[in-house]
Amino acid sequence: MSAKHADTIVMPTRKSPVPALTFAALILVLAILPAFFYPIFVMKLLCFVLFAAAFNLLLGYTGLLSFGHAAFFGGAAYVTAHALKVWQVTPEFAILAGVAAAIVLGLIIGAVAIRRQGIYFAMITLAMAQMFYFFCLQAPFTNGEDGIQGFSRGHLFGIIDLNETMNLYYFIAAVTVLSLVLIWRIVNSPFGQILRAIRENEPRTISLGYSVQRFKLAAFVMSAGLTGLAGALKALLFQFATLADVAWQMSGEVILMTLIGGIGTLAGPVVGAGILIGMQNFLATSGLPVTMVLGGTFMVCVLLFRRGVVGEILNLLERRRG
Amino acid sequence: MTNNPAAAPADAGAPRAVLSARGLTKRFGPFTAVNNVDLDVCHGRIHALIGPNGAGKSTVFNLLTKFLKPTEGRIVLDGTDITAMDPASVARMGMVRSFQISATFGDMTLLDNVRVALQRPNNMSRQFWRSLISLDRLNRQAMELLDRVGLADMAQLRANNLSYGRKRALEIATTLALEPRVLLLDEPLAGMGQEDVEHMAKLIKTVSRDCALVMVEHNLKVVGDIGDDITVLQRGEILARGDYATVSADPRVREAYMGSEDDSH
Ligand SMILES: Nc1ncnc2c1ncn2[C@@H]1O[C@H](COP(=O)(O)OP(=O)(O)OP(=O)(O)O)[C@@H](O)[C@H]1O
Ligand SMILES: [Mg+2]
Repeated sequence: MSAKHADTIVMPTRKSPVPALTFAALILVLAILPAFFYPIFVMKLLCFVLFAAAFNLLLGYTGLLSFGHAAFFGGAAYVTAHALKVWQVTPEFAILAGVAAAIVLGLIIGAVAIRRQGIYFAMITLAMAQMFYFFCLQAPFTNGEDGIQGFSRGHLFGIIDLNETMNLYYFIAAVTVLSLVLIWRIVNSPFGQILRAIRENEPRTISLGYSVQRFKLAAFVMSAGLTGLAGALKALLFQFATLADVAWQMSGEVILMTLIGGIGTLAGPVVGAGILIGMQNFLATSGLPVTMVLGGTFMVCVLLFRRGVVGEILNLLERRRG
Repeated sequence: MTNNPAAAPADAGAPRAVLSARGLTKRFGPFTAVNNVDLDVCHGRIHALIGPNGAGKSTVFNLLTKFLKPTEGRIVLDGTDITAMDPASVARMGMVRSFQISATFGDMTLLDNVRVALQRPNNMSRQFWRSLISLDRLNRQAMELLDRVGLADMAQLRANNLSYGRKRALEIATTLALEPRVLLLDEPLAGMGQEDVEHMAKLIKTVSRDCALVMVEHNLKVVGDIGDDITVLQRGEILARGDYATVSADPRVREAYMGSEDDSH
């Protein structure tokens, strides 16, 4: 119609400098952090940042609340640990094996769960993750209560010794940053737009001809795979894979991190993981009852910052602007 | 579109139905919401579905677009039996619906709302590795669609911030993006101001030249102005059908509407 009129208004999506600057700042912070904190603590934090970010891909950007992500986290941790200890492959292959296991698990659990919505979806993911927990409890290769431990981290690509703390630190930091970039790309892609549409209004998305189940399954598997990467890194870091990683409490913890930080924002899971891991670390030595303090914090956060810490800050900024 | 030599209908005579339903019935437990409804929708015509609240109009929409499975009956679209199909496939065949309760992607901009509809036909919905900038080539088309419904200057607003009437307009722009062959609009004018109603009715009339259009509408003045075929539903059954003059003269229709509706909704 009046294309002239339309032309004057279409602004091409401008390449915003904010994401690039944010990632640059993140790299800078990661370079400095080991000077102030124990590298092991920072690496643990990074594993959970990645875990929460992968989880948020599903909850924040697709609107699916999974209560079974521990299966992917812990499952990948077991496979990576097993690969290092028994198969004695180099760490990059051990990690890939862990991620592959998480993807397969994600396909199975996802294919069953996405048929349902809302609370039923959450319950099916929980039920299937619990089944996996009992499998891990019984399977011989996990060593039951003892878990898999006592293995060397090996040499990355056969060259770089990951038993050197700082080598390990740069490796984990690099993988985490690259994964966050990947998640950011997925979220801000044509595919990500469809995920958003599904989150905002599923029937409407169907009525536009999208087979939403496929998109949901794709998002579920991506989230599972990245969660597996986080679990694999954690197994590599602590040289330890245990039942705690596949237990439902782990699924609860990542939900907590994401909600406290703010769902549907990229920085939210980073902040949420920081708050939770930081508090756990502090409380562990303080003698206070950890679960109660965490529960209380969660309640305060939910009541005070309904959008999560980052969500509230963004909201405030937006209102300032206009 | 109709260059199929074997089945090309003569321009004169009865228009061929693009979408037809036979014996459509839907029961929710013991309750029959739609009972034995036949419907024929023709290219280039507006078929208005009217009736009092709870008559089953939206349920008929849900059945036609496969959002609900009919308990009984058959639905044929363009010669294909679609009774057993899923709603997304039916949409890909060119039958697109809007919803009674305004359905927009609230947290997305108007431009993005329309682009979501354009992405699928342009094969731009699966690329998770590409930047959003790649979608910019849909902008011109999206803006033209927004312009058609008078929303071009709000393209960068979030749909949540629109008034109800404007959300309806956005929904129509999103729907038109798919260039549907069959278009089903569930109360497209509800919540619009008088001026917008006129504009939108005109737009619907224009659009109907290139597709078969079914519309549920309570505004009987508009139905009288632009409706070609009218079907009146009551308690899930067809009470009357025909053109507006025939239907509005029917004493049973008058009775069904007494007190419950007025012309200027
Ligand atoms: N999923 C459902 N389960 C049970 N009953 C339903 C369901 N959907 C609709 N109904 C019932 O079917 C009847 C027809 O509903 P429908 O929404 O089709 O009416 P309508 O003609 O669109 O009315 P309105 O003008 O108010 O939109 C109503 O009595 C409604 O309560
Ligand atoms: Mg209705």
